[in-house]
Amino acid sequence: MRIVLDILRRAHTDAAPYRQRIPFETEDAGATVAAALTAINAGGIPDEQGNPVEPVRWECSCLQKKCGACAMVIGGRPRLACDARLTEFAKKGSVTVEPLRKFPVIADLTVDRTVLFENLRRMTVWLTQDAPADEQTADAAYDASRCLQCGCCLEVCPNFCAGGEFAGAAAMIPAARLVTELPAAAQKPLREAYSRRFYAGCGKSLACRDVCPAGIETERLLVNSNAAAIWKRLLRRRKK
Amino acid sequence: MHSIHIIGAGLAGLSAALTFAEAGVPCNLISAQPSERAQSVLAEGGINAALDTMGEHDTPAEHFADTVRGGCDLADENAVKHLTESAPEILRRLIALGVPFNMQGDVPVLRNFGGQKKKRTAYARSSTGKIIMNAMTDAVRRYESAGLVRRYAHHSCLSLLTERGCCKGVRVLDRYTGASADFYGTVLLCSGGLNGVFPEKTTGTTQNTGDLTAAAFAAGVQLGNPEMLQYHPTTVGISGKRCLVTEAARGEGGRLYILRGGEKWYFMEEKYPELGNLMPRDVVAREMYFVRQNPECGGQVYLDLTALPEETWRRKLSDLRKELTDYLALDPKADPIPVEEGIHYFMGGIDTDCAHRTNLAGLYAAGECCSQYHGANRLGGNSMLGALLGGKTAADSILAAEGIPETAEKPVWQPCSDPLAAEVPPAEAAQIRDILLGGLGIVRDAASLEGALRQLTEFAAVPHNLRTQNRILLGEAMLRGALARRESRGAHYRADYPARDDAAFRKTTVAVYDGSTVQITFRQLPEKGGA
Ligand SMILES: Cc1cc2nc3c(=O)[nH]c(=O)nc-3n(C[C@H](O)[C@H](O)[C@H](O)COP(=O)(O)OP(=O)(O)OC[C@H]3O[C@@H](n4cnc5c(N)ncnc54)[C@H](O)[C@@H]3O)c2cc1C
Ligand code: SF4
Ligand code: SF4
Ligand code: FES
Repeated sequence: MRIVLDILRRAHTDAAPYRQRIPFETEDAGATVAAALTAINAGGIPDEQGNPVEPVRWECSCLQKKCGACAMVIGGRPRLACDARLTEFAKKGSVTVEPLRKFPVIADLTVDRTVLFENLRRMTVWLTQDAPADEQTADAAYDASRCLQCGCCLEVCPNFCAGGEFAGAAAMIPAARLVTELPAAAQKPLREAYSRRFYAGCGKSLACRDVCPAGIETERLLVNSNAAAIWKRLLRRRKK
Repeated sequence: MHSIHIIGAGLAGLSAALTFAEAGVPCNLISAQPSERAQSVLAEGGINAALDTMGEHDTPAEHFADTVRGGCDLADENAVKHLTESAPEILRRLIALGVPFNMQGDVPVLRNFGGQKKKRTAYARSSTGKIIMNAMTDAVRRYESAGLVRRYAHHSCLSLLTERGCCKGVRVLDRYTGASADFYGTVLLCSGGLNGVFPEKTTGTTQNTGDLTAAAFAAGVQLGNPEMLQYHPTTVGISGKRCLVTEAARGEGGRLYILRGGEKWYFMEEKYPELGNLMPRDVVAREMYFVRQNPECGGQVYLDLTALPEETWRRKLSDLRKELTDYLALDPKADPIPVEEGIHYFMGGIDTDCAHRTNLAGLYAAGECCSQYHGANRLGGNSMLGALLGGKTAADSILAAEGIPETAEKPVWQPCSDPLAAEVPPAEAAQIRDILLGGLGIVRDAASLEGALRQLTEFAAVPHNLRTQNRILLGEAMLRGALARRESRGAHYRADYPARDDAAFRKTTVAVYDGSTVQITFRQLPEKGGA
């Protein structure tokens, strides 16, 4: 299989972006965009014009969809490079590979996703007291524990922009574990942050669900957390 | 500016950070990538503790006995005692932090795991590492907010700053800006295994390059048992790496077979009636190697999970099934999985005592980068435990030894001119890997080890960058350790010395670089009940 990686490159944050088309050949039907990038960076593969290719900056770690490091925009969609098989694009003969757009580019395909972690701090995503899971809560808590902090959901979210108040699904999912496990009385700061930084901004289009590479049941967690964090409080107010 | 520096933010690093923070002591948590990307998130099968929730009358003493036996009597028994006695409390702490283990009411269900006679492994389906890491990351975040834990999450540690046999700090590279700075103070290495020494051939992450261990070794830090590499029996090749099929698959009833004369031969069950497919990993991997050499056999070993009930797939191994279907286009409910041994864990590493001190004053190590707890073979489920306990124990010893640290000067970031900033070129990394694998396979002998050493020496004779030179030294330590250990024990099997020799070798292999050569000595194990 021969496929051209059409990569949107940039030497550093302030450098002008440019495209480089690099042909890649492999016999491995399971080869991914991650494998192609690894091979290109091992050297010796020239671009389509025959020019030598400087190593492409990108991030990876697990190479098996479990760490979120390699998120990028592949064929126009946010994906994990280690989950994007080249066979998917073989018919077209080429695939575009670009950095995520909602984060500052460091170089080539590497972006600075620090804002993800800042948002979790702003949202006070931590326990304020012991909160063991039990047979009833374990399922939802498990699903909410699986977020990779890859940022794919933010890429497609119409309401997220880095630096804004709205933190998106990447913060809602981890918060959902605590909303599930903490007793209601201990949730005050988290709920306030949740309603301000998530609930108020979310249009519930669920675009985030469709791209989540971890297959997290975004909708269920969102509905549960909204119910716990928002509606219960409103109901209680009404009762007063 | 804080003056305790933890390098690595996997389970060991997080456990240390939490310990400092809860003591009110600030620290820096420095890692090449954020915790979400650390190798710890890959752990699947579970974590061991004699919680005895399955009515089997399990005890920490039995956990101790299994661990020591599994490690072929090479682990420091005082450390193992601490590990197994602390395990139930560590699990209770994780439960309090809200880790959603598979539960039975409000206690975790335990599963069988290799080398253990009782059900002792708590799990969260087959993503236990990710789920524990998530809770630990949340727990540490609270203290990040309070300013006690300062994260540097795109920062590689290049080297140790040493002065007359003491560690004075670390040099850190900001991977985004390319600037570097020196951080002075006490250092705790939690930088994970040596996966990068064997690119594409391990089940771990590309981030654990082993380069920091190599730099530390080059600077005079001792390694313990560097020859002890764990081959996991059940891995499959996927794009760019070996992918683990968790031991839990056998814990839940999976069976290994090979075709012999056209018939399925369940060789493990036949040879080891008591533990069968759940013998320790070194034994299973070696048996697989041998049955494949058997001329009557079909050459490929299979893991048969087709008899597992639907409920097990759904409640206990859902993630594994998805992974196998995605990557191998194979449904393990219908088809047996062709499996092979793959490098999975490094029992050897930075040599520490049971307080996690290294031979350099001011330098500590914990987690997979150090050689504590597992002897010649690690039992599944003991390494997350070892990482959590190691991080905590190291932090406790730092607090006890160095007292509450003074605030240090702010690091000064400058464009990096350190030659260690240049990585090992991928082609050279592959060459070193292939040379080392020529000697460090599942079955070893003097001829192949000497051959590998000769090739490594030839390879070293041409100029290389500093990281590559350090990696060569590290590889040499592994080969020389394996050559000097003229016996077979655990993961180290010598075809030319197939017997275990307690009198000569029930000792820790210690590798040290004196500035010109790699020296190997053997050190008596610490006395029981001693320090
Ligand atoms: C596929 C797989 C499955 C496993 N399953 C189990 C299981 O079921 N049960 C079990 O007990 N164990 C299991 N293990 C083993 C276990 O996960 C690891 O041994 C353990 O998590 C190691 O934790 P750690 O904190 O030492 O290191 P890691 O989690 O590997 O973290 C290392 C950290 O160091 C950082 N780092 C590395 N080098 C540098 C540097 N130069 N500068 C800065 N930072 C650096 C990394 O960024 C990372 O943050 C499994 C391992 C694998 C690979
Ligand atoms: S539902 Fe829509 S608005 Fe809400 S987080 Fe998902 S993508 Fe964004
Ligand atoms: S919710 Fe899904 S897409 Fe969003 S950061 Fe988490 S894993 Fe990635
Ligand atoms: S490298 Fe971990 S998700 Fe792709």
